[in-house]
Amino acid sequence: MNRAVWLWGILFALWVVLSWHFTGLLLGFGVATCTVAVWVAMRMETLDGESVPVHLILRAFAYVPWLVWEIFKSNVRVARLILAPRLRVDPSIVHFFASQRTDLGRFIYANSITLTPGTVTTGIVGDDFEVHAIVQSEIDGSEENDMNRRVTWLEGKVAP
Amino acid sequence: MEQAVTALSWALLLGGAFFLLTGSLGMVRLPDVFTRMHAAGMTDTMGAGMILVGLAVYNGADLVTVRLLLILAFLWFTSPIATHAVAKAALSGGLRPYTLGGVSAAADGGGGARGDGADGAEGGVPS
Repeated sequence: MNRAVWLWGILFALWVVLSWHFTGLLLGFGVATCTVAVWVAMRMETLDGESVPVHLILRAFAYVPWLVWEIFKSNVRVARLILAPRLRVDPSIVHFFASQRTDLGRFIYANSITLTPGTVTTGIVGDDFEVHAIVQSEIDGSEENDMNRRVTWLEGKVAP
Repeated sequence: MEQAVTALSWALLLGGAFFLLTGSLGMVRLPDVFTRMHAAGMTDTMGAGMILVGLAVYNGADLVTVRLLLILAFLWFTSPIATHAVAKAALSGGLRPYTLGGVSAAADGGGGARGDGADGAEGGVPS
């Protein structure tokens, strides 16, 4: 129920920001739309920690700036690779270990890997991530271990 | 103050344009679909990101800025899923990733020659 309230609040805030018309008619449409959306989500039994991960919000404020910095660094790396006169790509499929306990945590880790250019998650089997790397020699595991550790921290202690 | 804000937004817009251009160049230079995904990821993340943040800085603190940052948030949530879907579809479709060892002609070829060779391989695989 708590998550239903959260979802409704987030959806309605999105409605208000995108509409910014404070007439009775449009606010009424917003209330009705958000209520139907939450009702459908409840009927589909998808209102859980996975679809409404509000318990991660506080820690995400620490994780996202770090991730943006990592994305910037790897963007510069791939840009140098592409602009180099001689193309030094050495692509390969490598495997990473994921220490997250929930599907949501693995989802965040996989998307973080894909968001940083140079590595794309191509498959997940349990805690084994199959990752396509554009230069395999640059993958020494230390950066991915760091990211893995941070996502596991982001996930928190409770396993729902 | 106003000049500093304008300069910052210009720097961000030019940086974004640089990453978009480099990503597009990578789409041409890199040898196969998997390596090209990395270049496409560059345009998604830093290219679009720096341009949207540059526009937000230029616009100042108001509603339009909130909407610009929302676009960025949705883009960064969805683009890795699309990239992953493309990679997975290519792999399960039987496309083998290009490797230095796997394609012998690649050892002496420049960027253009590699690109051509891989294009041929790509065209041959789907069935």
